[in-house]
Amino acid sequence: MLLSLQGATVRFGGRAVLDGVGLEVAEHEIVCVLGPSGSGKSTLLRAVAGLQPLDAGRVSLDGHDQGGVPAHRRGVGLMFQDHQLFPQRDVGANVAFGLRMHGAGKGQQDERVRELLDLVGLPGAGRRAVAALSGGEQQRVALARALAPRPRLLMLDEPLGQLDRSLRERLVVELRELFGRLGTTVLAVTHDQGEAFALADRVVVMRDGRIAQSGTPLEVWQRPADEFVARFLGFENVVDGTVTGEAADTAWGKVPVPPGAAQGARSVLVRPAGVRLVAAGEGLRCTVAARTFKGTHVAVQLHPSEGDGPRLEAACALREAPEVGDAVGVEFDAAEIVVLG
Amino acid sequence: MDLARTEVRPRQGVRNAAARLGLVAVPVAFFAVFFAYPVAAIVTRGLKTGGTWQFGRITDVLAQPDIRHVLWFTTWQALVSTALTLLVALPGAYVFARFDFPGKQVLRAVVTVPFVLPTVVVGTAFLALVGRGGLLDEWWGVRLDTTVWAILLAHVFFNYAVVVRTVGGLWAQLDPRQEEAARMLGASRLTAWRTVTLPALAPAVAAAALMVFLFTFTSFGVVQILGGPTFSTLEVEIYRQTSEIFDLSTAAVLTLIQFVAVGAVLALHAWTVRRRETALRLVDASMTARRPRGAGEWGLLAGVVGSIAVLLFLPLAVLVQRSLDAPDFGYYRALTRSDGGVFLVAPIEAVGNSLEYALAATAIAVVVGGLAATALTRRDAGRFVRGFDALLMLPLGVSAVTVGFGFLISLDEPPLDLRQSWILVPLAQALVGVPFVVRTMLPVLRAVDHRLREAAAVLGATPWRVWREIDLPMVRRALLIAAGFAFAVSLGEFGATVFIARPDNPTLPVAVARLLGRAGDLNYGQAMALSTILMVVCAVALLILERLRTDRTGEF
Repeated sequence: MLLSLQGATVRFGGRAVLDGVGLEVAEHEIVCVLGPSGSGKSTLLRAVAGLQPLDAGRVSLDGHDQGGVPAHRRGVGLMFQDHQLFPQRDVGANVAFGLRMHGAGKGQQDERVRELLDLVGLPGAGRRAVAALSGGEQQRVALARALAPRPRLLMLDEPLGQLDRSLRERLVVELRELFGRLGTTVLAVTHDQGEAFALADRVVVMRDGRIAQSGTPLEVWQRPADEFVARFLGFENVVDGTVTGEAADTAWGKVPVPPGAAQGARSVLVRPAGVRLVAAGEGLRCTVAARTFKGTHVAVQLHPSEGDGPRLEAACALREAPEVGDAVGVEFDAAEIVVLG
Repeated sequence: MDLARTEVRPRQGVRNAAARLGLVAVPVAFFAVFFAYPVAAIVTRGLKTGGTWQFGRITDVLAQPDIRHVLWFTTWQALVSTALTLLVALPGAYVFARFDFPGKQVLRAVVTVPFVLPTVVVGTAFLALVGRGGLLDEWWGVRLDTTVWAILLAHVFFNYAVVVRTVGGLWAQLDPRQEEAARMLGASRLTAWRTVTLPALAPAVAAAALMVFLFTFTSFGVVQILGGPTFSTLEVEIYRQTSEIFDLSTAAVLTLIQFVAVGAVLALHAWTVRRRETALRLVDASMTARRPRGAGEWGLLAGVVGSIAVLLFLPLAVLVQRSLDAPDFGYYRALTRSDGGVFLVAPIEAVGNSLEYALAATAIAVVVGGLAATALTRRDAGRFVRGFDALLMLPLGVSAVTVGFGFLISLDEPPLDLRQSWILVPLAQALVGVPFVVRTMLPVLRAVDHRLREAAAVLGATPWRVWREIDLPMVRRALLIAAGFAFAVSLGEFGATVFIARPDNPTLPVAVARLLGRAGDLNYGQAMALSTILMVVCAVALLILERLRTDRTGEF
């Protein structure tokens, strides 16, 4: 394993910001740590970089314990959240900084800087002042600077956090392509699930300093480990119930579950696509409380008229969406239902 | 898990502690040898006779009526000086903070010149204005040099800049929209100012007032020259007891009393400065100033400019005029002659001495102060290091005379006999200069985003490379400003130097004081001429600094 964390713990005051985290990253793998703010993901990167001493546990790179190895000798790259470009140097000098620190000659530096600026799509920008760059350009320079000394592990802290949406969606594709081509090993953190899923080979969801789930984007999306992960991924239709056989008894009535689901008292997730609207009088009786246009579909908020179940969200085709106030019936589709851990 | 923790912690802790110790070692050693040791010597000298401590000495000295008179005068003149300075300078702070007008930059520089002027020059200038044969004496027959007013006015002159810098600096950065928000909620202009601006300014006003109080409480050169036999501050009394009455024991007790008073004021100052750092909405100073509007605002501007002209500019102009009073620059030419009277050498040689001493003192102050400031900015700076911060300020307030007296009685015998060494004067001057260096460097070093250092470290820079590549380029300007301040302060340093400068190697301020101490028009004129030279050197140094200054650099 290129990177391996065992029981990594960091406490600020009495609070554990990292709480016994174990994580492994293989060579050429792109791992994305996903979590809400305050979940400890930035601290995780800082601990690997050697900027934050561990209170317990260990960080190993290529099998070597990094305890006591200062940041500048770890050979990892870190791209900071707000880039932290050196304001008194131009673009070229920023990119060359790490090369200079590693004792590269002038000619070597110039060549590598040119190569990297081409790579990130800023050819010939070496003499520009960093203050004159746009947000997207700064991000590219920061990436070039981090890549220049060929770190064995590249870490990205909210790599696209400051940028506007369309730019983010374009850059995340570029990044994935670039890392694939270079074979870079990447550990990134983000709070944006779309970014994580688009970038990563493997997604690690963090909660309160612990790892809540780890898996491929598809696995995490299809089978969230628990209610926290499900809600963090944006699923709102989560309800407590008792699973017996292929049905769960919930506040929404009897809900079918896939065969082989865990039995007993569980949380049950119903994806919006699994909420089927039928004629009023059939299934669970609901009233339409709100509808939100989502581009490809309409999200319909339903208020159950019987029982004390929470609101339900359904995804409807544009033309079939009912109006606010309409009475509808709801049936559930077992294929879109997940019994959570 | 717990086992692992005990394994990691100490290793990390030891390394950080070692780094911190390395940075702090030089400043600590410097202060231990050249500050703590002399002060301890004073205490021993004053309170220990025949191997036993005599704490009764303190009450004995305090019981003397003339000493009580000195204490009372020292305190009330400092209070009145502070009040007068605030009264005159606060409108100035407002005008500089909120108004844009032609010549503002020049005027701001002019206002700051007095602060770096040697106290001896200030005293001499006021003597030329309000003393015997002075301008007011010639015109209206008015003399103030036998009254306390000369001292008070000189103190206002000297400290005007402290208030304008400290209060005006913050005022200029307060977001005017805060006041506008209060206005929109129904507050009148005055109420908005009273409820929004004043509370934000209060800690800065308090800090400035305490600084002025400290400077005037320990005032030496000004009172020495303008006070005559009637008025004497603690500082002057300590000097008198040491060099005229030779009662070292009383001098030591007085030093202790001053030490305690200054310590209390400094503690209060540190507290107000900490409060000043509470979150305020600060904006770029250039955004808040505008042209004055209406007769009231133009009138205020005119009043401030007028008071600066009369209080700050006039004394210096008179000084220059008096120095040119003899035909063909007679006083200046007299400086080059050695008549064997006042000095063993021609007075003009004091210029060379002063420059050499000041350069050496600047070098020492920059190294010691720079290391101390770097140690103080380390993120892991603990309570010990922060306590060191307050300690560094002590020499600023503990008065130059204490330092000089301490050097005199502690560094003149083995193990450390520096009496014959030229380095003694620069060391004393550096001690007074270090607080300025630290205060100038600290805010700039603290403003360097720590993550820039981390970014450099992750790219492979060693801690030393990080300092050279990240910190140094950003603080280079502040370092120059700090050096300039240390230079100006060393150049004008009087209280300590007067104790330890050798008769054949006087500095400029010492030479001026000696010339003033002798009768005759020629000596008086030469004093004016030397003071003018000193003023020009200091003013030039300051104006160069003013060009380097940015808004963020320092508290002075």
